[in-house]
Amino acid sequence: MSEGKMGKLSAKERMKIHRHEMPEQEAKARCGNFDEVNFGYTPELAMEEALRCIQCKDPVCIEACPVNVKIDEFIGLVAEGKFLDAAQKIKEDNALPAICGRVCPQEDQCEQVCVIGKKSEPVAIGNLERFVADYERNSGNMKLPEVKPATGKKVAVVGSGPAGLTCANDLAQWGHEVTVFEALHELGGVLMYGIPEFRLPKQIVREEIDNLKKLGVKFQTNVVVGRSVTIDELMEEDGFDAVFIGVGAGLPWFMGIPGENLNGVYSANEFLTRVNLMKAYDSNYDSPVFDCKGKNVAVIGGGNTAMDAVRTARRLGAEKVYIIYRRSEKEMPARIEEIKHAKEEGVEFIMLNSPVEFVGDENGWLKGVKCLKMELGEPDESGRRRPVPVKDSEYVIDIDMVVISIGNGSNPLIKQTTPEIGTSKKGTIVVNQETMQTSKKGVYAGGDIVTGGATVILAMGAGRTAAKAIHEELMNVTVNAE
Amino acid sequence: MYKIVSARFLAENIKMFEIEAPRIAKRRKAGQFVIVRLDEQGERIPLTIADSNVETGTITIIVQGAGKTTRKLNLKEAGDTILDVAGPLGQPSHIENFGTAVSIGGGVGAAIAYPTAVALKEAGNKVITINGARNKDMVILEDEMKKVSDEAYVTTDDGSYGFHGFVTQKLQALIDGGEKLDFVLAIGPIPMMRAVAEVTRPYGIKTVVSLNPVMVDGTGMCGGCRVVVGGESKFACVDGPEFDAHLVDFKNLADRNRMYNVHEKAALEHFETDCKLEKQIQAQASN
Ligand SMILES: Cc1cc2nc3c(=O)[nH]c(=O)nc-3n(C[C@H](O)[C@H](O)[C@H](O)COP(=O)(O)OP(=O)(O)OC[C@H]3O[C@@H](n4cnc5c(N)ncnc54)[C@H](O)[C@@H]3O)c2cc1C
Ligand SMILES: Cc1cc2nc3c(=O)[nH]c(=O)nc-3n(C[C@H](O)[C@H](O)[C@H](O)COP(=O)(O)OP(=O)(O)OC[C@H]3O[C@@H](n4cnc5c(N)ncnc54)[C@H](O)[C@@H]3O)c2cc1C
Ligand code: SF4
Ligand code: SF4
Ligand code: FES
Ligand SMILES: [Mg+2]
Repeated sequence: MSEGKMGKLSAKERMKIHRHEMPEQEAKARCGNFDEVNFGYTPELAMEEALRCIQCKDPVCIEACPVNVKIDEFIGLVAEGKFLDAAQKIKEDNALPAICGRVCPQEDQCEQVCVIGKKSEPVAIGNLERFVADYERNSGNMKLPEVKPATGKKVAVVGSGPAGLTCANDLAQWGHEVTVFEALHELGGVLMYGIPEFRLPKQIVREEIDNLKKLGVKFQTNVVVGRSVTIDELMEEDGFDAVFIGVGAGLPWFMGIPGENLNGVYSANEFLTRVNLMKAYDSNYDSPVFDCKGKNVAVIGGGNTAMDAVRTARRLGAEKVYIIYRRSEKEMPARIEEIKHAKEEGVEFIMLNSPVEFVGDENGWLKGVKCLKMELGEPDESGRRRPVPVKDSEYVIDIDMVVISIGNGSNPLIKQTTPEIGTSKKGTIVVNQETMQTSKKGVYAGGDIVTGGATVILAMGAGRTAAKAIHEELMNVTVNAE
Repeated sequence: MYKIVSARFLAENIKMFEIEAPRIAKRRKAGQFVIVRLDEQGERIPLTIADSNVETGTITIIVQGAGKTTRKLNLKEAGDTILDVAGPLGQPSHIENFGTAVSIGGGVGAAIAYPTAVALKEAGNKVITINGARNKDMVILEDEMKKVSDEAYVTTDDGSYGFHGFVTQKLQALIDGGEKLDFVLAIGPIPMMRAVAEVTRPYGIKTVVSLNPVMVDGTGMCGGCRVVVGGESKFACVDGPEFDAHLVDFKNLADRNRMYNVHEKAALEHFETDCKLEKQIQAQASN
């Protein structure tokens, strides 16, 4: 496709181009490996897809992106084949585009409002973002952002998930000395231990972290803040001028039904951590995980985590894999792409079913899940139709392993040791939404620890907001929003 | 990387290490543990901090070779390193002046009971220790226990040393002898802890056990370490590891600790075959 084509096509002609789906591994093959499912666009596909954007005068898509990526501009550059410029354009607002392009729930954000979507399929903004980021990474021309002269200020970032990484990135660019403290042995938070390799290759996360190291950010793993060191000690003894808390929502909820402690019953966090972080799927690694081969596995829940868990079990060789969800498919919070991929991989969806008991054998091993059938009643406060139990509808499904994936609460470690930091009834940290400042001076927080389980891009947005506010407090300046 | 500064066997298969970990040494309290990962392929396992030295910035761990990871660790010597050591984790032991406190350690459990015995002594308790082992050669920390105890007993299952019998028999003998016990701490194999709970239950003696469920992160993130206490699920790594012995569901703990037995057996067999092969190769090379 030639560079000049962009100008020559009329809006009408552009509307006629169909959305380019991303090439991907065939469903049967990918069930046998942990390689990434999607292959990504070729430059040709990307340029053609970019032509579908009509460059709106008032690009509503930008408003719908939590970090306001200049979508029209970067797509315009893609259409012209200026991929490296497009990468720089995205990075003005989004420090981790290779990750967001892969995991953002675009259908609820930028792509939901795209005007093209009113008549046909929306422009594939996420696919394009991913293409541009991958292109830059593979080009060997990865540009590091400019770092301002050192300010002499020290900031501690607690937690190395997307919130912490983004905050560290921005603070380092302002010239502050940043140290990230991480409880686990590996950096990246949910990006490393939660989201599986087949959806987000870990190499990408590692390279992003390497870039932060090049910016001068220091990392200390194996530091459990609240236990290894407290926030007060960081500020009073180690001389940090400010602290950002991005510890995520890492406290798995269980259901409180009988049989929950049988062998074979996992939280999604444990199952995914064993497989992703500890690489239990690779026989060269020591950590064990339930042997799914030929077994029946059920995952309870309907979010991204549930889809990740069930597709992981499939890849570990499970014979039958089920999603059990108490509402209907329409209400499932998972990304549409994940649901589609799960179905292609043979996952059976048991909708409108609520587990009431895990049934075990005399040695304490799970052998079945007793479910109660539900039907949809009146809408509840959230506007979703409330599931109500159908009388006497209990039955048992034969299951060897179950993964509970009904969400996470907040880890209380920091709250316990720094009580001045105000928290809500649910245990989330309360902040001023404009600045992400907590009730303790100099201490900021953002991401899932503030919102409860949310999204990567919202966590990044919070990290960025906090970085700006920290910079303003430390330097006693006001930074204008561009 | 965490450096091992000293390493020596205390008994067959039980080795004591001092490891450089200044941050942990500074904050650690009795009852807390670390999570250790030996190398890139390694699993994360919990080990109690038996002692620490703020000046040298070191912590002490005492390891019983139970399976692949602990045996691999026990092959390490001073100067070697451990890839990851995180902590201190868990709630510190609840220490107060109870009056007369008994600290019971079974096998390598003595390593865990020891720091708490020290803390109980410092809090003003009359401290009685019962240190149980299979036989004379397996007794560890005898001198250390003696030093912190008002009364120190050793029991062996085969009678080769000290009191002939189980720690529970010694405990029962103390109670029968009219000793008024206000607090009992028991750490060791699950059947031993369960038996101690049954000895003290009828007398209403406050009894605490340190539970050893399978752990991964040790920070409350995975829920794998959940144990049932008083009918409720608790995460041993953040809510424990010490719990009221009279409320613990020991059967569930024992069942859950068998979850990976098949993997563990296979891993150990592979490991031992590899070790043997390595020795053979070395022997051939030196011939
Ligand atoms: C399986 C799974 C799939 C998901 N899929 C998607 C998706 O497709 N799209 C999407 O947008 N979102 C998805 N999410 C949600 C998204 O991953 C989270 O919203 C996001 O990661 C939150 O970022 P965070 O930085 O707040 O916290 P986290 O990513 O949770 O990172 C927190 C970090 O802090 C560390 N930490 C915790 N306590 C301490 C402490 N005391 N001291 C030091 N360090 C500590 C943790 O170990 C962790 O590394 C998914 C979540 C899961 C679990
Ligand atoms: C809080 C706590 C403190 C502990 N302190 C000590 C100590 O000071 N010294 C000591 O020698 N041992 C201690 N242990 C036990 C020690 O963690 C296990 O013996 C070790 O993990 C076994 O690993 P392995 O690979 O060598 O053996 P494996 O053959 O893999 O396992 C042997 C048995 O150990 C248990 N186990 C296995 N993996 C784990 C795991 N990841 N976490 C916990 N238990 C596991 C299981 O019951 C298993 O059947 C402690 C355990 C806990 C929970
Ligand atoms: S960051 Fe996410 S929401 Fe924003 S443009 Fe990119 S894919 Fe869309
Ligand atoms: S709304 Fe759609 S067509 Fe309009 S600028 Fe955004 S991506 Fe392009
Ligand atoms: S070990 Fe994961 S929550 Fe305790
Ligand atoms: Mg093991």
